[in-house]
Amino acid sequence: METLFGITGKDFVIAAYDTKAVASITMMKIGEDKSRNLNDHSVMLYSGEPGDGVHFAEYIERNVKLNGIRHGLEMSPKAVASFARRELADSLRSRKPYSVNLLIAGYDVKKDTPALYWMDHLASSAEVPFAAHGYGAYYCLSMMDRYHRPDITEEEGIKLLKMCINELRTRMILNMPDFVAKVVTKEGIRVVQL
Amino acid sequence: MEYNGGAVVAMVGKNCVAIACDKRLGVQAMTISTEFKKIFQATPKTYLGLPGLATDVQTLAEKFRFKINMYKLKEEREIEPRTLAHLVSSTLYERRFGPWFTEPVVAGLDKNNNPFICNTDTIGCINFAKDFVVSGTSTNQLYGMCESLWEPDLEPEDLFETISQALMNAVDRDCLAGWGAEVVVITPDKIITRTLKSRMD
Repeated sequence: METLFGITGKDFVIAAYDTKAVASITMMKIGEDKSRNLNDHSVMLYSGEPGDGVHFAEYIERNVKLNGIRHGLEMSPKAVASFARRELADSLRSRKPYSVNLLIAGYDVKKDTPALYWMDHLASSAEVPFAAHGYGAYYCLSMMDRYHRPDITEEEGIKLLKMCINELRTRMILNMPDFVAKVVTKEGIRVVQL
Repeated sequence: MEYNGGAVVAMVGKNCVAIACDKRLGVQAMTISTEFKKIFQATPKTYLGLPGLATDVQTLAEKFRFKINMYKLKEEREIEPRTLAHLVSSTLYERRFGPWFTEPVVAGLDKNNNPFICNTDTIGCINFAKDFVVSGTSTNQLYGMCESLWEPDLEPEDLFETISQALMNAVDRDCLAGWGAEVVVITPDKIITRTLKSRMD
């Protein structure tokens, strides 16, 4: 089962995903990118039905970029999350809904605050200080409940994510290969190998 | 209703009404957020409560915001709570055979400052009540609390206390609701919004 998780801190958001590509019980690939950069300050992580994730994320990515070009203004994380939610909610009541869980991590440059949005395949969305998707969520959320603070620094954040991954590796029955994290700050998006 | 959890309650007082909700968003037993509010301001003196499936709560909140704004533009006046109740009812009945999974509550003061509360089921059958209405996962507990705490002609501050105690004690017996609450008391000259601290377990 795929795992996504993310935390916000004082001036950053970190969102991480495992790099497994699975088809039923078979692991097809390690090194799968489950994220898309929507603009300079927001990134979307996805899990769920394999084709749906890529298709939906790229659809949102391109529309967010188009919106940025058209108006010469970058969409805020909140705007991106609202747009993605509406698209997913409309698809939910269509003939073939997208089956994707999302995390949208971004930095609101105007308000100077980090933002993390949790969204499930039913398009329920919430802004949260920390979030996780998949079976890994049961382990990660309790870890974050215990160790997360709103004023956490970036190093502490990475340390917390590593603690979460360690917990997954010791407690989950499934093989947990490497994780990739994307750090979003005022300066932009950075990739960190965990 | 049981997938995300949540509860809303509304009560009538003397020339005032109160509406309250919990703030939990969960996925069955796992809590995702404790800042998920389920009541929305429709007009300066009317609130709409939407407990139920979170995705439909959000979609309907946006839908009703649109419809209420359109009403205001066309009629050049605010929508009356009773009219809003019928708008809610017909919007839900449009989806008779594939409903929105939410049981809305309307609470407000009409143009003569008379209290109005009602709730509907998932397909828009309206229940007009003179005393209180309950909705969401904690309906059984809320009926018990309201039935024993509510009395006629409560003043705003007493109504606040009554609705707060009713909601908090009801959600504490419900695993799917709670984790903080918000209470709104609507009076002819002001709106009192308070956030309650409650048990977080």
